Amino acid sequence: MSARIGVVTFPGTLDDHDASRAVRIAGGEPIELWHGDDDIKGVDAVILPGGFSYGDYLRCGAISRFAPVMNSIIDGAKGGLPILGICNGFQILVESHLLPGALMRNESRHFICRDQKLRIENADSTWTRDYFMNQEIVVPLKNGEGNYFADPATLDMLEGEGRVVARYLDVNPNGSARDIAGIRNERGNVVGLMPHPEHAVDALTGPTTDGLPFFTSVLTALVSA
Amino acid sequence: MARVVVDVMLKPEILDPQGRAVQGALGRLGLTGVADVRQGKQFVIQVDGDLTGDRLALMHKLAEELLSNPVIENYSLTVEADA
Repeated sequence: MSARIGVVTFPGTLDDHDASRAVRIAGGEPIELWHGDDDIKGVDAVILPGGFSYGDYLRCGAISRFAPVMNSIIDGAKGGLPILGICNGFQILVESHLLPGALMRNESRHFICRDQKLRIENADSTWTRDYFMNQEIVVPLKNGEGNYFADPATLDMLEGEGRVVARYLDVNPNGSARDIAGIRNERGNVVGLMPHPEHAVDALTGPTTDGLPFFTSVLTALVSA
Repeated sequence: MARVVVDVMLKPEILDPQGRAVQGALGRLGLTGVADVRQGKQFVIQVDGDLTGDRLALMHKLAEELLSNPVIENYSLTVEADA
């Protein structure tokens, strides 16, 4: 039986269908989850996809954090449930305090949309174990508020504990501190990532298929758990 | 009735790209000598009855946990009675 991976739809979510498709291509079964439901249907993992949940009102992710579905997800994350937040999903994870820091408006003030080179710097998390250390990948990046910020002590802690999952290569597109593109929690079950691996799982529609291992990783992790 | 006003500003050490954009536009309008512009948010909250200790504490919790993000922002809260 394939693993059941929940994909949450908030009002304003855009990338839920691509995330579900990526799960399907990886060999999992995507399960639709709705922001207004407490119930996460007993899924084995959850993806918070990209978009503009609640119109980015107040701050990106700030309203979504208090959506009914997030109670179950935050409890689950603390118990080891694998959670991947992509773009707006990453913003929701930091607003929920499941990951440290904040995502601010791009330093350039421009919305950035490009194929972005990244280096995978942690291949131990639930979502990156099918990569190898320092693997270089190219996936789409598209954000207006992807500028990762944390105080120096937090940045040192993340780097010291190997919790920087991915870093921007060649170009820092949004001004992120220390070129950080994605981070994980201490346990490694929660990962937040600004670029979009779910748009790079099929040669027909993506620049590469470099994003697919994010979605196979969690399946590998669930089988071995 | 009481009126609670919460102002939220980016912390001084945090770059404010929106403020910078506004500053640029001021220059195009011919206004010179503007050293800096910082953009923030103001929330005006009407509440029934008086704001006693517990309810005021709840307003601070609201300001800190929802209206602002303490990682990057500071807030200030003032109460105006009989709005």
